[in-house]
Order: sequence, then C-alpha cells, then structure tokens
Amino acid sequence: MSTQPIQIQPLSQPVNIGDEVASFSPEVEAEIDGHLAKYPVMRSAILPLMFIVQRERGYLDAPGVAYLAKRLRLRITDIWEVATFYSMIYTQPVGKYHIQICKTLSCKIMGEPGITDHVCNKLGIRLGETTADGKFTVSLVECLGSCGTAPMFQIGFDYHENLTTEKVDQILDGLK
Amino acid sequence: MFIGAIGCEPLQLARVHLENSRSLDVYRKNGGYQAIKKVLDSMSPDDVINELKKSALRGRGGAGFPTGMKWSFVPKDSPKPKYVVCNADESEPGTFKDRYLMERDPHMLIEGMLIAAYALGAKTNYIYTRGEYRYLIDIMDVALEEARAAGLLGNKILGTEFGCEIYTHTGAGAYICGEETALLSSLEGMRGHPRMKPPFPAVSGLYAAPTVVNNVETLTAVPDIIKMGGEAYQKLGTEKSGGTKVWSVSGHVNRPGVYELPMGYDDMEKFIMEDCGGMLGGKQLKAVIPGGSSVYIMRADQIIGKDVRMDYEGIVAAGSSVGSGGFIVMDETVDVFESTKNLTEFYKHESCGWCTPCREGTDWLVKVFKRIAAGHGRPEDAQLMLDLCDNIEGKSFCPLGDAAAWPIQSAIKRFPEDFRKHLVTSIDSGVST
Repeated sequence: MSTQPIQIQPLSQPVNIGDEVASFSPEVEAEIDGHLAKYPVMRSAILPLMFIVQRERGYLDAPGVAYLAKRLRLRITDIWEVATFYSMIYTQPVGKYHIQICKTLSCKIMGEPGITDHVCNKLGIRLGETTADGKFTVSLVECLGSCGTAPMFQIGFDYHENLTTEKVDQILDGLK
Repeated sequence: MFIGAIGCEPLQLARVHLENSRSLDVYRKNGGYQAIKKVLDSMSPDDVINELKKSALRGRGGAGFPTGMKWSFVPKDSPKPKYVVCNADESEPGTFKDRYLMERDPHMLIEGMLIAAYALGAKTNYIYTRGEYRYLIDIMDVALEEARAAGLLGNKILGTEFGCEIYTHTGAGAYICGEETALLSSLEGMRGHPRMKPPFPAVSGLYAAPTVVNNVETLTAVPDIIKMGGEAYQKLGTEKSGGTKVWSVSGHVNRPGVYELPMGYDDMEKFIMEDCGGMLGGKQLKAVIPGGSSVYIMRADQIIGKDVRMDYEGIVAAGSSVGSGGFIVMDETVDVFESTKNLTEFYKHESCGWCTPCREGTDWLVKVFKRIAAGHGRPEDAQLMLDLCDNIEGKSFCPLGDAAAWPIQSAIKRFPEDFRKHLVTSIDSGVST
C-alpha cells in the first residue's frame, strides 16, 4: 500500500466558470450592489442575487451561475450546491406563470384536490408540466402560510386565497 | 378571515385594523416608538433584559424558550460584532400569524428589533423572511426606509449615541431554515443545514459572532413589555407563560383567523366552539392540532369538557403543546391516516438531508404510507411506523426529525381505528395476511 500523502491542489482561482457569463444592465448591477452592501460577507447575498438572475433570465441557467460565481468570487460548484437546496430556485425553465398550489394539511382538507383538478383540466397539463406555449407551469408545493384562507395558490409571488373554481377561472383568464 | 383579540385588550394586534396601519405616521400616533424612546432615555441594556425576564415572555417560534434568558446568554465582553436576527421564515403548517403582524404593523417589528439591538449591543441586524413572502419583504423595506428617513435607523437614533441598521433578507423555500442554526447557515449563503449546538448562536452564531435569533411574534411583543413594564405584561398571562399569544386558526371552523388571547385563556373548547365560530357546516369535531403540524394531534374528547387552559403548561397537560400556535381543526370527515400521511410527505420534502435518521426515516415513512394508501397495508405496519419513528425521534441532528415523528406517534396512538381500517391487505394484492 502506498504511503504517499494525497496532494490537495490549492484553489487560487475559481474553477472553470463556464464559456458564457451572463451580463446585466447597469440598473440591475446597481440593484445587485445594493444587496451586496448589506452584508459583511459577500456570500450572504447569494439567495437575493439568485432571485435577480432568475427574474432576468427566467431561471438559473449556466451563464447565470457563471455570473454569480464570478460576482461572488465563489466556485461554480458553490453556486450549484446552494441552488439545488432551495425549492424556489429553478435550475430548469418554468412557464411564464408558475402556479404553485399549496397541498399541505389545511389546504388539503379545505379543497385543494378540487382546485388542483380544475387547474390541470383547464390548462390541459399534469402536475409538474408546462403548457406548450410556455405560459403556465403547475406544481404542488408545501405550506405557503395561508392556512386561514385555504385553499390557495401562488402565481409567481402573488397570493391568491379562498379559491373556488370560479375564482380560479377568473384569475387564469385574466393572465395575459 | 378574522383578525383580533379575544379575552384581552389587543397588544400586538392593537393597530391592525387602522387605516394605513403600515405607515410610520399611524404607528407613531398610536403609541409607536415610545418604547425605544423610553429605553434610550432611561434604561441600560441590563434593565431591558431584566424587564424581559420579568415579563415571562417565551419564544413564540415554537420552542418556547424564555426570551430574557436567551438574551442574557450573549457575552457582554465579546470583541466580535453582535447580531439580532428576526426569524420570519414562518413555514410551520397551520401557522400564519407572523405574516399578518408584518403585513399590518411592520414598524412594531422594527421597534422590537431596535430594542433588542440596544440590549445586546448589535449594530447590524437582519430580518430573514421566507422567500414566498416576497410582498412582506417589500412592505418591510418601505417601513425601514421610512424609519431611516425619520432618524430611527442608522447613526444617532433619536439623537442619542445609539445606532444600528436593520436589513431584510430573503429565504428561498426551505422549511428547515426556520430552525435557528439552519437559518444562520442560510443567511451566510450556504445550504440551510443546521449546526451543532453548543456552541449556541448566543456565543457563536452569524459569522461565528454572538447572535440572537427571535421569532417575529417574540420581537413584536417587546415594545409593549417595555411600555407597560415586565411585571404588568406577565400578569396578562400566567406565572410561567407571560402576556398574550397570537394564534393562527385554520381548517373546519366557521371563523378561521389570527387571534390574540391572554396566555392561560380558558378554555380550548370555548375557543374553538364559540370564538372561532364553531364547526363548519355544524359537523362534529374530530381532531385538533393546536401548535402547528409538529405537535401531538389531539382527539376531540381530550378537549371537549376538559377545560384545557391555553398556555404552555395547560396544553402540555392536555397532551400536546403550544408550538407555534397554529391550530388545525378537523371535523369527522377527515381520515387521520390521510392527514398524517399528508404531514409526513411535508417532512420528507423538507428534510434537509444532512443527517441519516431524518433523511432516510422520513423517506421510508412516506413509502410505507403510500403502500398502505395503495391498499397493501399489513396489520404489522402500525408497529413498523412506530419503529421507524423511534429511530428518528431524539436521534436526528435537529428537531425536524422529532417534528416528523410526533404527529405519527400520536396519530397511531390516539386514532388507532383510522389506521386499522387501512391495515388489511386488499384481496386483489394477492398477499395473504
């Protein structure tokens, strides 16, 4: 058996930050600077920055990840490590409107199954799928803190509460 | 949805119904920022902590740890910066009180944090809000800007030598980040994994510096404690559970909502059957989860006619706990097997994967639940689930594992008939029992 100690290469530079790095407008860069200014440690801004990249690019794609690694002086793998932990960070494209139906207990007993069926039937897709035109994605999610106004779903960041099938029709028909 | 106080004068919900209750102006006109003025004018940091101790305020996030004591653990002589972090990662199923406290009265939270920052000597403070509550982060940002413009944040607050900053921070969809050490990991830009305690955050928290993490409801109780004095606040409640508590009520009641009650409110049956408007559609009460999904589920006969006092000791004596104060009321139509399956799926989804008992245990529990739901339940499955729970409870790295085990253990024990009827292998499965 070899007694040679394992050589560990020090990381002086971020490893392979990808071929393409996303770029953003000066306004977005200023917004990012605003977040970075809140923390004594740059890495703390990783989640707020991921939301910005996601807003600008639809989801956290490879150039977006490369950008974050460069901006936060982290490795690509550090960014992926965090991105894959949080359910609100998308590493795959989602529809323009992401309908997230709460499935946890209070919503479940107050009519979530009926709402889910109605949304899926109306859009002609199954849970987890996106419509062919890329407009809607439907998912079930865990408790969104809207138990007293159940059943509910969140589209993007907007809460829609006390849902009925009529109300669902109104909301979805109103989305351009 | 109802929002208001019953059985006491509203403290934390005192301003929620006022027009423009979010604005600095309305907050100030209704007693706002009087407490921080009193603190800066006439109290030392130790005085503040003493008032907190006298108030018998216990952490409202779920663990119920005495707040004054938590604050007193922060070492005074530490050369490191100190931090106050507000835990607004409200994700416990059945709990939505913090949301309304922040939505309707953001300045109350800012004032509570200012007092905490003064008492602990913190210069930089964060409000960690769950990512889904983006609109609350926007509300808090507006309120913080207003406070900054009015000289209530930054250097020389209210013309004194005291200065500090408060920033908002966003989570991104992870229940585990409500656990304080996981929250700190997340705030440092890591995966939301919990950390070993000790060292406790009070000694080594955010960026390895002394940190106090408090729930929104805990911090918003602080201004009133300072204004009325710790003793007077404690007297609103009971000896060991001081003051008032804000409960969230959901499920099969006529009037779900956010209720502020004095601690020791008498009693739980009256609360559900009268204050919350009774059962939806006049159905029979079957089960109640009184403290967010992680606590023991209660049978109706543990509540009806039992005079359950609503405070930490009273609910424990009745066989459950206060937790985060999230009531989920279920009527006779609910199958407790199904409701427990639903919650177990929640814990499986939210287990962070850091430690084996919780990661594997919750996964196996869901597999067993799904097999039973598919009609392949075996009589020995109840014991199998209890064994799995036993291998999680007390053996996981953080309380999420316990929180996953307790609902199942209590449901099997208290609603055996709901499990039994699923534990007979159906004929078409081809497996004889």
